[in-house]
Amino acid sequence: MEKIIEVKNLVKKFDSFTANDNLTFEVKKGEIFGFLGANGAGKTTTIRILCGLSAPTSGDVRVAGYDIYKEQEKVKQNIGYMSQKFSLYEDLTVSENIRFYGGIYGIKGEERKRKETALLKNLEMEHARNKLIGSLPLGWKQKLAFSVALLHDPKIIFLDEPTGGVDPITRRRFWDLIYETAANGTTVFVTTHYMDEAEYCDRISIMDAGKIEALDSPTNLKIQFGVKTINEVFVSIAR
Amino acid sequence: MLILFGIPITQLLIFGTVIKNEISDVPIAIYDESKDEVTAELINKVRSSGYFILDENLESINSIDQILKKGYIREIIVFENNFAQKLLKEGRANIQLIADASDPNLARLVTTYTTGIINDYVVKMNLNKGMPLQIQSEVRMFFNEEMKSSYQFVPGTMALILMLVSALMTSVSITREKETGTMEILLASPLHPFQIIAGKVFPYLLLSIINAFVIIFIGNLVFRVPIAGSFGLLLLETILFTTMALCLGIFISTVAKNQMVAMFISLIALMLPTIILSGFIFPIENMPKILQVLSYIMPARYFIEIIRSIMLKGIGIQYVWQETAVLGGMTLLLIAVSVKRFKIRLE
Amino acid sequence: MMIKINRVSKSYSKTPALKEISLEVSKGELFGLIGPDGAGKTTLIRILMTLLLPDSGEILVNGMDVVKEYKKIRQFTGYMPGRFSLYQDLTVEENLEFFASVFGTTIEENYELIADIYHQIEPFKKRRAGNLSGGMKQKLALSCSLIHQPRILFLDEPTTGVDAVSRQEFWEMLKNLQQKEITIFVSTPYMDEATLCDRVALIQNGQILDVDTPNAITSRFSSDLYRISAENIYKLILDLRKYNKAESVFAFGQFIHLTSTPDSTNAKELENYLQAMKHTNIKIKKIMPGIEDVFINLMK
Repeated sequence: MEKIIEVKNLVKKFDSFTANDNLTFEVKKGEIFGFLGANGAGKTTTIRILCGLSAPTSGDVRVAGYDIYKEQEKVKQNIGYMSQKFSLYEDLTVSENIRFYGGIYGIKGEERKRKETALLKNLEMEHARNKLIGSLPLGWKQKLAFSVALLHDPKIIFLDEPTGGVDPITRRRFWDLIYETAANGTTVFVTTHYMDEAEYCDRISIMDAGKIEALDSPTNLKIQFGVKTINEVFVSIAR
Repeated sequence: MLILFGIPITQLLIFGTVIKNEISDVPIAIYDESKDEVTAELINKVRSSGYFILDENLESINSIDQILKKGYIREIIVFENNFAQKLLKEGRANIQLIADASDPNLARLVTTYTTGIINDYVVKMNLNKGMPLQIQSEVRMFFNEEMKSSYQFVPGTMALILMLVSALMTSVSITREKETGTMEILLASPLHPFQIIAGKVFPYLLLSIINAFVIIFIGNLVFRVPIAGSFGLLLLETILFTTMALCLGIFISTVAKNQMVAMFISLIALMLPTIILSGFIFPIENMPKILQVLSYIMPARYFIEIIRSIMLKGIGIQYVWQETAVLGGMTLLLIAVSVKRFKIRLE
Repeated sequence: MMIKINRVSKSYSKTPALKEISLEVSKGELFGLIGPDGAGKTTLIRILMTLLLPDSGEILVNGMDVVKEYKKIRQFTGYMPGRFSLYQDLTVEENLEFFASVFGTTIEENYELIADIYHQIEPFKKRRAGNLSGGMKQKLALSCSLIHQPRILFLDEPTTGVDAVSRQEFWEMLKNLQQKEITIFVSTPYMDEATLCDRVALIQNGQILDVDTPNAITSRFSSDLYRISAENIYKLILDLRKYNKAESVFAFGQFIHLTSTPDSTNAKELENYLQAMKHTNIKIKKIMPGIEDVFINLMK
């Protein structure tokens, strides 16, 4: 099975503070990988490194088959990123946003039009093509941001707490999209605060104070800690 | 769009009209000891130049000090005794130009123009004569004999710094509370708006007083700006001005939605008008009427006048009570408006 | 009745935030306002805290009108707004002292009330609030809101963005406070926290979907609910959605929840259907609904 992320002995220090303390893990192609941990555990630091936004202090990191020290640009071309604060411009229309992001990744002309149509059809948002992003409901924005992040067919997409605050139905519809994406072979790397969403993942890791304290499928973890929910796994680790 | 294009255009217009090194209608006084045809001609020439307005013909020389201290007359032209006679017999006569140099820029301009008029007269006078006659003009820069430029800048800088920093401190402090959300809790408590405002103003008032001390100190010690008048009065006026600026900051916070806007208004929006329209660098007398009118609402204008009067001219409250009253009035007005605008709820 | 809300509406410009809300909360209750972002929770709490004016409707807090008698109400209400409004550059101790003085009291006077909570952060009392973890900020903000011994406590999303352990501890603290006869009104987007309350109101898009004890609400659920799992979750969702007897199909952790009209189908039928679709490792059980199931059902 192809490995999309390979991390070996990753260390990241900020002055004397160790944010990531000797992390080692792998993520397979097509996996939905949940990256959990309390605020301040070191999750954001790791994600930034994986996205090529920050350099490790030491350790080996390969993303999408490329070395992040030497091939940063190739890494960026092959990953997608969506954060809780979205990334779509509120005062541009749906179409304009797609055109903008397409341009960044070198998708132009006919190819872009084709992708745009396919994207909107998939989300059932053809009628919203010329609507301003700011005028759309939160759930739609989320799904659009997600789809736009996938426009350039990256091998892996990083989602940073993508479902904050929305109602239960919208959240689940979003996860439908995630499932679909993973089924198509794109790896999904997601962080979340909702413990039930951890259950949707194939495997999850739980970070605490810069270290990975647990890494396995949700089912195995529950058996290992002798509890019924991921929430309880979390509590067991923290206490 | 408005900001992007409007501001450069407005600034250009204002700067363009304000930076004039010409004068017009500057009030002067004349002390004519001779009262002969030559002096009469000269006085006529001065009056019809368009640069000056003769405000008073003095009867004695004793009151120069008082007159200049009042601050209205910017120059006194003194013609010596037996002017025409001396010209004829000795071939030279003396004129003294006593300028109010508490505003060094203006004083320089005024004396230069006056000297120019006199020299012009001398040239014309000598056209028809064989022997060249001379009129010596001796210039005295009252209050600033050595024409130190620090006299120009230090008072103005004091006003500018106190004004901007004080307004900035309070406006940012209050809007920051709105942003972090602590204002919500204060509002939801039994506290009266006045208590909240006072709680914000007092600490910065103390800090600003220290600031003022330091500036006066540095101005006096490093830049040798004298404190000719009462230090106590100077301090009190500074406290008044600072309080006004702090209240201005409170007012800004009732208008600004967040810290960015508060900072923008306190620094950028206030800075230029204060520099230009307060008489800090460019004499107000030089500006077109409309800007002169606008300068009346600039608190810094009054404070600079007060500082110059106390520090350079050494005068007391009896001469600056008007400016003081204006500042006091502005402060009260700002407090009243701010308390009224201060919302006891979130909307 | 500690709180009486009668047909309250509120709009921001043209956007309606609350549409004719009516609610009642008894003295000493631990009342939960459950709903996602944008439902209107913060708006309602701010109105109750006299910080916003309703456009229409009437609200009485402890018998007093929020519009006219706001000054009196502010004396005995405690407030913990979203984002735990604390002074970041003051220490834990200083924050507490400040809020005590704002309410005209001292830490010593009402120490008993906050003792259990404060004990947990006391070792850090000289640390600046800005340097505290989410859980500690929570506890500090709670202490500050209690410092003047309020009779009612309004908490706006106190557990949002905080780790699971702190969330649990927080609700334990609330239960303890309830013993001291303080009425507590909490808003939260986490559905699972509803079961920790005496009564809850489910709110969505400015409207109340239902108000009652959690048990009563779930017992009113009108459909059958099946909990299903199989080897391939995604395929399971797609296939179940094609099932003609299915009302709704949603993922719930490692299971899928399927609702159907009462008695229209049963576990055996479902199993047969899934086996025909080549699913393996099928597990099906008919279950009682939770608050989230109810919420989703009411939303449609």
